Amino acid sequence: MNELPEVVRLLIFLVGIIGFAALNAAYLVWVERKGAAHIQRRIGPKEVGPFGLIQPLADGVKLMTKQLLVPAGVDPILFKVAPILLLVPAIMSFLVIPFSEDLVGRDINIGLLMIFAFASVNVFGVLIGGWGSNNKYAVISAARAVSQNVAYEIPMLLIVISIVMVSNTMNLNEIIRQQAGWFFNWNVCRIWVNPLMPIAFVVFFICSLAETNRAPFDLAEAESELIAGAYTEYSGMGFGVFFMGEYANIVIGCALTTILFLGGWQSPIPWSPAGLLGTLWGVSWFLVKMYFLIWTVVWIRWTYPRIQFYYLLNLSWKILIPFALINLILTAAMIKVF
Amino acid sequence: MSGYFEDIYTGTKSLGIGLGITIKAFFQPVVTLQYPYETIKMSARFRGHIELVGSEETGEPLCIVCGMCQKACPSGCITVAGEKPEGSKKKVLTHYILDFTKCSLCGQCVESCKPGAITFSKDYNLAGPRKEDYVFDLLKRLTERNS
Repeated sequence: MNELPEVVRLLIFLVGIIGFAALNAAYLVWVERKGAAHIQRRIGPKEVGPFGLIQPLADGVKLMTKQLLVPAGVDPILFKVAPILLLVPAIMSFLVIPFSEDLVGRDINIGLLMIFAFASVNVFGVLIGGWGSNNKYAVISAARAVSQNVAYEIPMLLIVISIVMVSNTMNLNEIIRQQAGWFFNWNVCRIWVNPLMPIAFVVFFICSLAETNRAPFDLAEAESELIAGAYTEYSGMGFGVFFMGEYANIVIGCALTTILFLGGWQSPIPWSPAGLLGTLWGVSWFLVKMYFLIWTVVWIRWTYPRIQFYYLLNLSWKILIPFALINLILTAAMIKVF
Repeated sequence: MSGYFEDIYTGTKSLGIGLGITIKAFFQPVVTLQYPYETIKMSARFRGHIELVGSEETGEPLCIVCGMCQKACPSGCITVAGEKPEGSKKKVLTHYILDFTKCSLCGQCVESCKPGAITFSKDYNLAGPRKEDYVFDLLKRLTERNS
């Protein structure tokens, strides 16, 4: 796609990224509900359209037709800005995600850094949403969300640093290119580079779960204890945008895990067709891995109950951070020694 | 430090077991009954409202119009009436009304019935906007079932 004029390229990617994010947000809700239902041996949505496939559309229409209530006493600007602050960074992060070797919005050298820079903004969205709501429960929940996100940012970044040390670049495409070949060349299996790689993968995945405020780490929402946590005062599409942001974050988290550990668009065998077919081949491998991880997220959500807050922080500070640190030191040692 | 790695090991293991249970449930068949579209056959001991029993050959009600059910009913929701045709010794049932709006499904009528002329139906899809729909003419229902 590099031979197209810059403006056309920009427009295509803009529309593509927003479409991809919105479609994913809508249909992940459907996947989630279906997954939940089948884990509980129910059917789930089935009335609207075949297999309930038009259900997200119906939900969207319902959310849009609802009145956007702005309660008295809230900070009107912060209250309205918060959902956007959650959604926009998530969509922005799609810009550097390489779906295939040549299907990437911007192949920039600091792609990884950019994703984490934007990922830190969505915590801000939750905090502002809770703070602006003028509701003490929302503030409590927002504070919890922030301390949770801060706690899990640390092991996540430590793991990412070790990946950057191994691959010696922050360019996501380059990181994937280094995982070429058989599937045991993927970072998750490269135990000759660093024997703790599989553990690093698990730690990273747990952290990305916690970063997206998903169960069992969904203390920001905590709908059974705090009604809807930081989003209590939101109605209609304000709430809907928060949800879209959450699902976009899941997609980003899973895409990032795929890129860093599962070889991104690399197929598990060292073969790829040439030209356009090769692009499609790469994209489909990328999507297969990413959606498998997303499905795992749903699977985890309907397996584990929400944990109490001090368990959550204990897990991060007592287990994940030491392991991430050991992983980092070991990686550095391995690189220096060999 | 004691128990630290043990905690991690047992924790991870039990998390894995949990995931195993849910994935098994995921691939097992759905058990929900899609209620408005499908219903199940009720079990043999299910007590619905009462229904007259017809004789095997003729389809005529087994009821001998003794009135025991009417007497046994604590809420008084059964009305039985019969008449003696010319040259017959037995009474013939002409009227069997069950006011199901008052019935508490105690089953004393069925217990008191000597000839076994009434039984519990397996009907449970009972809902309607009008009270009058639930005053059943059981004789009419029997003839409808026979035809």
